Amino acid sequence: MYDVIVIGGGPAGLAAAYSLHEEGIDNILILERDDKLGGILNQCIHNGFGLHTFNEELTGPEYAYRFIEKVNEAKIPYKLNSMVIDINNDHQVTYVSKEDGLQTIEAKAIILAMGCRERPRGALNIPGSRPAGIYSAGTAQRLMNIEGYDVGKEVVILGSGDIGLIMARRMTLEGAKVKAVAEIMPYSGGLKRNIVQCLNDYDIPLYLSHTVVDIRGKKRLEGVTIAEVGPDRKPIPGTEIDYDCDTLLLSVGLLPENELSKAANIELSRITNGPVVNDDLQTSVDGIFACGNVLHVHDLVDYVSSEAALAGKKAAAYIKNKTAHQSYLNVTPKNGVRYTVPQKIDVANMTDTVTLRFRVDNVYKKRFIKVYGDGKELSKQMKLILAPGEMENVVLKKEQLQGISELVVCTEEA
Amino acid sequence: MEKRELTCIGCPMGCALTVTIDGSDIKVSGNTCIRGKNYAENEVTNPTRIVTSTVKINGARLPRLSVKTKTAVPKDMIFQVMEVITKTEVDAPKKIGDIIVSDIAGTGVDLIATKNID
Amino acid sequence: MLYDAIIIGGGVTGCAIARELSFYDLKLALIEKEEDVCSGSSKANSAIVHAGFDAETGSLKAKMNVKGNLLMPQLCEDLEVSYKQNGSLVLCFDEKDRPALMELYERGLANGVEELKVISGDEVRQIEPAISQNVVAALYAPTAGIVCPFELTFSLAENAAANGTDFYFNEAITKIERKDGHYVLNGKFETKAIINAAGLYSDMIHNLLCEDKLHIQPKKGDYCLFDKETTGLVEKTIFQLPTAAGKGVLVTPTVHGNMLIGPSATVLDDKDNTATTQADLDMIISTAKPSVENIPLNKVITSFSGLRAHEKGGDFILKESAEDFFDAAGIESPGLSSAPAIGQYMAEMVANKYNYKKKTEYVSTREAIPCLREMDKESRAELIKKNPLYGNIICRCEEISEGEIIDAIRRKPGAVSLDGVKRRVRAGMGRCQGGFCSPKVMEILARELKLEVEDINKNSKGSNMLLGKMEVK
Repeated sequence: MYDVIVIGGGPAGLAAAYSLHEEGIDNILILERDDKLGGILNQCIHNGFGLHTFNEELTGPEYAYRFIEKVNEAKIPYKLNSMVIDINNDHQVTYVSKEDGLQTIEAKAIILAMGCRERPRGALNIPGSRPAGIYSAGTAQRLMNIEGYDVGKEVVILGSGDIGLIMARRMTLEGAKVKAVAEIMPYSGGLKRNIVQCLNDYDIPLYLSHTVVDIRGKKRLEGVTIAEVGPDRKPIPGTEIDYDCDTLLLSVGLLPENELSKAANIELSRITNGPVVNDDLQTSVDGIFACGNVLHVHDLVDYVSSEAALAGKKAAAYIKNKTAHQSYLNVTPKNGVRYTVPQKIDVANMTDTVTLRFRVDNVYKKRFIKVYGDGKELSKQMKLILAPGEMENVVLKKEQLQGISELVVCTEEA
Repeated sequence: MEKRELTCIGCPMGCALTVTIDGSDIKVSGNTCIRGKNYAENEVTNPTRIVTSTVKINGARLPRLSVKTKTAVPKDMIFQVMEVITKTEVDAPKKIGDIIVSDIAGTGVDLIATKNID
Repeated sequence: MLYDAIIIGGGVTGCAIARELSFYDLKLALIEKEEDVCSGSSKANSAIVHAGFDAETGSLKAKMNVKGNLLMPQLCEDLEVSYKQNGSLVLCFDEKDRPALMELYERGLANGVEELKVISGDEVRQIEPAISQNVVAALYAPTAGIVCPFELTFSLAENAAANGTDFYFNEAITKIERKDGHYVLNGKFETKAIINAAGLYSDMIHNLLCEDKLHIQPKKGDYCLFDKETTGLVEKTIFQLPTAAGKGVLVTPTVHGNMLIGPSATVLDDKDNTATTQADLDMIISTAKPSVENIPLNKVITSFSGLRAHEKGGDFILKESAEDFFDAAGIESPGLSSAPAIGQYMAEMVANKYNYKKKTEYVSTREAIPCLREMDKESRAELIKKNPLYGNIICRCEEISEGEIIDAIRRKPGAVSLDGVKRRVRAGMGRCQGGFCSPKVMEILARELKLEVEDINKNSKGSNMLLGKMEVK
């Protein structure tokens, strides 16, 4: 019987495990399905990680290494090439690996840190043929950066998510011609710095409100057609542009990987596609916590690490002294705020402050982010710009929340 | 007088900056903090970028070692830096921070490993 | 080598004939123009086993369908193929269409379909709660089923191979000559008899030898496949009663727990054009909506398209069309359902003509590649203990292990490409559609086939996934 099993050895799992160690919980196990720790960071060889955590710009592998080193120094046990195939609400975890075969192990608490996956072509239902040469951006990134293959020479990218933008630059630097990035929304889902440094720097055109409407080529991809879309996101006839290309990269969104959460009957949010959690980052199942991209898709890994550290701390507290949650204050997102994580707060048992992370549903300029408790303004922040690609947060104090029955987080015009 | 529109990349806020260049006099507006001002001034006088890529590594399980320029290099030198990178070949093992190419493409900046490969 | 018989075409029809003929004492080969069996219409269809009320009474389509439906359960048991007799419903949305429903019922009875009945709208919703309130009646056929067309085709081929049938791939037959009383194909394959099971190209093969010309008109059908999360939305295969407005589309579960809707029916001239179109996808989605309330359109994981080999005569062509040249041509829907019957029918036709006798020893069963995800934990643990590679998960979404992928490659005939692996063991068929596993599957393929990873194709020569290694310049 372990104290805690951490599922996933990426940035979230590593930070959660180290945080458990700092709290004095060492009877833990990290289960990682890949052949090394670090998760997706291993293939993210670009810089820009860690500005908030380490106050310097690291590459993905360097950022991962800082945490891997800590985990190794703390002698936290982990198993690689170990795929969890089932968890249940009795805290039993079943995994398979070459070395151990099929094993079912138990823990007092579980931390979910499985990350996310890319949305595939099918989810968009793009018509056309099905040739080779269509990759999700992350798959192409792995093939280039880890395996060292030449993925394509003439490229069109659908979606302006960060991985797509990063790959536009990466392929350009390796000698490929990136002809266009098409984004179906009227704004990009990627970070500003990536638009500037990955597209603008290399004169790669970004077509907002455009999507791929046809895919050609029977064997290897031969070309795609993009077209402008109207407000209903349907293509506008007559706006088609044809591109000859051998590669189409898709960067059309990330989805938290919650198949295991479903197996354990954990309540999921229809908006984040991740578990519904309280201020301890505990899911609807007692003793199962979640953090990182499995909980909600983050923009910066720094926030993953801090969120995961919190999950570790709270899981440790759970083991030491189980809190019975009597009642919750639900957080209601409104007017431009799509969701918040956590979704509910146990005010009586919360620590001094709680950080609510969230995303907005559109690009807004000059808006307040406001929090209301029973109709009374609890906090306001002025934002020059709010964009769906970027995660926002507000910090609330316990004393602000006491006695309140309705909590609203919203944007308001300034 | 030249006017340039930039997007600040200092933080996720991505302030829309307007830079007015009048000889040596550079005025920045639209920034929220000092980082925006510094970024814009830099970007119009001496734009620089960290270049990240991979080089071939021999004698390891994986064929590529990830690398970066230790500090930023002039933006207009990116492709010269890449040219050196694509010609570079190293032998395992390598550790994070190991110098792979010193003074790459005459930039005065070293190319260093960003991954441990045994 | 002189073969007694060569089958042209490795679709479900050709493989079914190959399996049946492989029980007889003759030297048999199957030649396929693609790199693998199950590469044409057999790989992209509705994957259903029709009850047999559709086809005109007395037609070969009707006979083969009804018999094929009867043979399918035992065949799938013998070959360990995923099959389920889930039953089908033909929905009637308007009282004034009831005569058409009754006509279908009468035709079913005349064709020999068992257990058919017409049920009321309320009875329909009792057995399928997701069905629209607007349905007034339905034709219920409990004998209809669903089958995995990949597994069926592969298993038929494997069984034939186990009985000594030779398989040749990447050989499109373009020339057939008569020499010393036998045939020479492409100047190199010699055989006493030819069986034409070339699907979309069966007219081309037929026309090389026969005076009466065939004409196969490809008719494209687009489909949308949904995530397994949609499991259980419908249990039965849901058809719509053909009306003046159109033939309707079907909504059906697959044997693997996905949901499938489609197909469209667009006449094409290009026999290789399997591109979906926005118009067809929109059509199947809007046409399916009246059948099932709340189809979760955001759960589509892929769309695909298949071509029907429609012969202008309208019926299957199963006969000796020229001396020692046998046609199994014009096989469109219900071709998959009919395959077991067509296999027997054609094999008997050939065996009778040349008086071939069954071998004293042959196998008629085949063991499936183990599917660990579907095993209970004890058997799964046991199997991993025997072969640890079954514990190394490669495809996360479908939980497919390295062991299963290696099995797929080592089968005879085995997978030689990503799609070959995908169709045999479903690696890459799940919700991420190969995003995570395709690099790893390529590596395993390269290792097993002793190729470079950059030589691995998606499905055929020229469909290479990678352009090469990143080299020092």
